[in-house]
Amino acid sequence: MSPLSDQTWVVVPLYNEESVIGSVVRGLIDTFPHVVCVDDGSTDGSAAAAEEAGAVVVRHPVNLGAGAATRTGLDYALQDSRAQYFVTFDADGQHQLADAVAMTERLAEGDLDILIGSRFLDDRTKPGTIKRVVLRTAVLFERLSTGIRLTDAHCGLRVLNRNAAEKIEILQNRFAHATELVSEIGRHDLRYAEHPVHVLYTDYSRSKGQSVWNSVNVLSDLFVK
Amino acid sequence: MFDSQFLIKILLVGVFLFFSFVVIVPGRGSRHLAVRRLLLLAVFALGIFAVVFPSVTSELAEFVGVGRGTDLVLYALVVVFVGNSLFTAGRFRHHERDITRLARSLAIARAPHPETGRDDPH
Repeated sequence: MSPLSDQTWVVVPLYNEESVIGSVVRGLIDTFPHVVCVDDGSTDGSAAAAEEAGAVVVRHPVNLGAGAATRTGLDYALQDSRAQYFVTFDADGQHQLADAVAMTERLAEGDLDILIGSRFLDDRTKPGTIKRVVLRTAVLFERLSTGIRLTDAHCGLRVLNRNAAEKIEILQNRFAHATELVSEIGRHDLRYAEHPVHVLYTDYSRSKGQSVWNSVNVLSDLFVK
Repeated sequence: MFDSQFLIKILLVGVFLFFSFVVIVPGRGSRHLAVRRLLLLAVFALGIFAVVFPSVTSELAEFVGVGRGTDLVLYALVVVFVGNSLFTAGRFRHHERDITRLARSLAIARAPHPETGRDDPH
């Protein structure tokens, strides 16, 4: 049996993150040699920077959205017959390698299908007040609509095993894919748990992050079929 | 509420409730398409009917509580417009889904196979 790192693929949805993607990939690649960046039609040098840093780059011919890019990355990595664990990791540098490692090791214990990062299980992460309120509301909404109880609705750091990676459908290309992923957990009766993660809100990630207005888009995407 | 225009209010509210139901409940593609085509046929038939018997629209308008036939036609136009917008939006989403699948398979086909980088291929 090959070591854990050799059975793991890290999926990074990538869209116009030229300035940070290189260091994000370099930070991952020593620990996780299999990193796939799904370039979602970036208009800057993101794809080249990711490739130079040692990641495999899968290029969407047109921009489709982060949800679609995540699903593409999973489909790509699933082709590797030895891949057992699939980490989704944001391209903007807000996630920590140590969290991804701990989550993969936790999933490898074998009693779970999917492990989802949560910013609210401890007090390391410090989002602003408005962001906190919006995220809390999203959590409440998810509990009501999916029956899945999570403390953090939209954390991009997750680890899936092969079963979860194959089953979860992501039809919402854009805003609502994180919520859709949660409802997929319920639909397929996947065994899930949360894992405390530390998210670093830098000025950079804040400037790229989802604005509060997007919560309106998420809701309308979810309701209008 | 329960005035002379009660009937037209019920009709219009009913139609819009039906629209929101159609939009929110996911339907099968073929049924949606069939409904859409039948409605289009009905619009054509009604149009021809209204042209041949113009007085009928006025009588119908009076029956449902709207003053003039013109107003009834205007209401009908709004209903058809909203319905058409909703169906078009639904169709657009289907296209988006198809494009996603197409782009995904293209992207994966163009990338090197994930097992090619392995040290010991089996």
